[in-house]
Amino acid sequence: MEKQINKKKISRKARFDETLPSYIMLAPFLIFFFIFLVLPIGASIVLSFTDYDMINNPHPAGLGNYLRMFLEDDVFPVVFKNTLFFAIICGPAGFLLSFVLAWFINEFSPLVRTLLSFMFYAPALVGNATFIWQVAFSSDAYGYINSALLSLGLITEPITWLSTEQYIQPIIIIVQLWSSMGVSFLTNISGLQNVNNELYEAGSIDGIRNRWQELWYITLPTMKHMLLFSAVMQISSAFSISGIAITLAGFPSVGYAADTIVSHMQDLGTVRYELGYASAVAVVLFLMMVFFRLVIGKLLNMTGK
Amino acid sequence: MFRKKQEVLILPSGAKALRDSVNDLKAPKRQRSSKSEAKRYTRSKVGNFFYFAFIICGGVFAILPLVYCLCTSLKPLDEILIFPPRFFVHRPTFANYAALPELLSSLRVPLSRYIFNSLFVTLGTTFLYVVVASMAAFVLCKSNIKFKKTIFYIIQFSLLFNAYTLAVPQYLIFTWMNIVDTYWVCILPHFASTMGVFLMKQYMEGSLPNALLEAAKIDGAGYYRIFWQIVMPIVKPMWLTLTLFTFRDVWASVPQGTIFSETLKTLPTIMSQITAGGVARSGSAMAVTCILMIPPITVYMISQSNVMESMSSAGIKE
Repeated sequence: MEKQINKKKISRKARFDETLPSYIMLAPFLIFFFIFLVLPIGASIVLSFTDYDMINNPHPAGLGNYLRMFLEDDVFPVVFKNTLFFAIICGPAGFLLSFVLAWFINEFSPLVRTLLSFMFYAPALVGNATFIWQVAFSSDAYGYINSALLSLGLITEPITWLSTEQYIQPIIIIVQLWSSMGVSFLTNISGLQNVNNELYEAGSIDGIRNRWQELWYITLPTMKHMLLFSAVMQISSAFSISGIAITLAGFPSVGYAADTIVSHMQDLGTVRYELGYASAVAVVLFLMMVFFRLVIGKLLNMTGK
Repeated sequence: MFRKKQEVLILPSGAKALRDSVNDLKAPKRQRSSKSEAKRYTRSKVGNFFYFAFIICGGVFAILPLVYCLCTSLKPLDEILIFPPRFFVHRPTFANYAALPELLSSLRVPLSRYIFNSLFVTLGTTFLYVVVASMAAFVLCKSNIKFKKTIFYIIQFSLLFNAYTLAVPQYLIFTWMNIVDTYWVCILPHFASTMGVFLMKQYMEGSLPNALLEAAKIDGAGYYRIFWQIVMPIVKPMWLTLTLFTFRDVWASVPQGTIFSETLKTLPTIMSQITAGGVARSGSAMAVTCILMIPPITVYMISQSNVMESMSSAGIKE
């Protein structure tokens, strides 16, 4: 009996020695992951029910912040609507575009493929180049778009693109799509190249006649997991449009047309120090993102059926 | 076969031999994928033409702003101010580039300091993150620790949150940790990025045969040695990919209300100071933008083929 316990002890120690390196190697990441991802989300959930200004201790405010968001804050409904609008357009459009372009590119020879993937990936790669669009859409006649339209006779005087409410949003959507062919696009190209060719051969024997059938019955189901990854990447970037909007339209923009939840939150948090309220806004944003993530997961499960 | 097994007994050459043999096993697969250029019976000619037209238009649209940026950076001042504005440059000059040092000499902090900050933060973060992420991914992939699956599931779900959506909640943490306005605030948050760990773990699932790790262990290689000498060389395509993504992110990142000292600012922040100068400065602004494009494009050129090879493992399985 005693022997058995002893054995157990030894084996437990042996197991500990064996797994110790694993824990040591996992620890650095987990610590940072906890401090900069889990803790911020947790803290913002807790603080969203309080009033907190970083100087005084937070004191409980119940649902006050959430009520204020929808009932008192005049800006929040606008930025909420904008964020949803950008996300609903840019999310699916970016996702579809990144797949369709990759699918098209995949038809070409390796050299052309490499060149084309660079052309589409370049805007996402260079990061800060959004400002070029600011010059292009400049509101005087020197702006490239304005001068082109003037010389074509389509307009008679320059349009103030970035300070007219009705133009701001479409421009931001175009620029966002332009710069969103990033990780998800590369994943799609790589994934398409690695779909087993035998599947296509088998498919054409089984009666698949055109590329659309091939896409629906073979490519999409095979790439389901990769598509979910690229969808997650697109949701994540579509909900965080703020840098592009601020570069192009400034902050706050005319009629709040380009302000999003992220930029509103930034304003509340790092400028006005209303961190309790900013946290509540963050929680609403997180809930929206999680909702869309779950919906897209469900939708992708339906391909090939 | 028997011979090879005997060689394995000596490390690290043994492990290398086994690794080579694993690569040999992989080779036929690669050949198969290159066969994907074979004729498809499901393609119509009209369709192909439509594809080609669409993709060329799209590609030109995507690259045009960058070409415009390059052209404008090479324009002399009179061409920048010409009306109506021209797209291409007629008399290219490097005057805008040559004028940069003087233009920036009015800054309180010398340009070299910004360059140093950018390089220090970017290279340091990229290197450390690739190591941290690979270690975590290796454990999540091959060890038998408790809660491995749960941890990975949480990481996979957290792919949703990025630096922008987390900005304010993270700002709270920065102030609590008292790291606002230090280098740490530019470096540390990137280590919490879940994408690297996720991508690396998915890649390891498909490319690290258990037999290889077992063999190395039997030959007496320790856990860390296995990681450095066997795992890392095999997953090279993926760590080059991670290098690209991390480098790109950190290089372009502009701190949001977390850096105030001029001596700690990076290149993208001075770019916004120059671009504020209006039309007359647009030549210089484009020149800076072009210079800022060079490092990420270089990294992409180096890692490109590896990225294409490795990203196919990036699937979320639920």
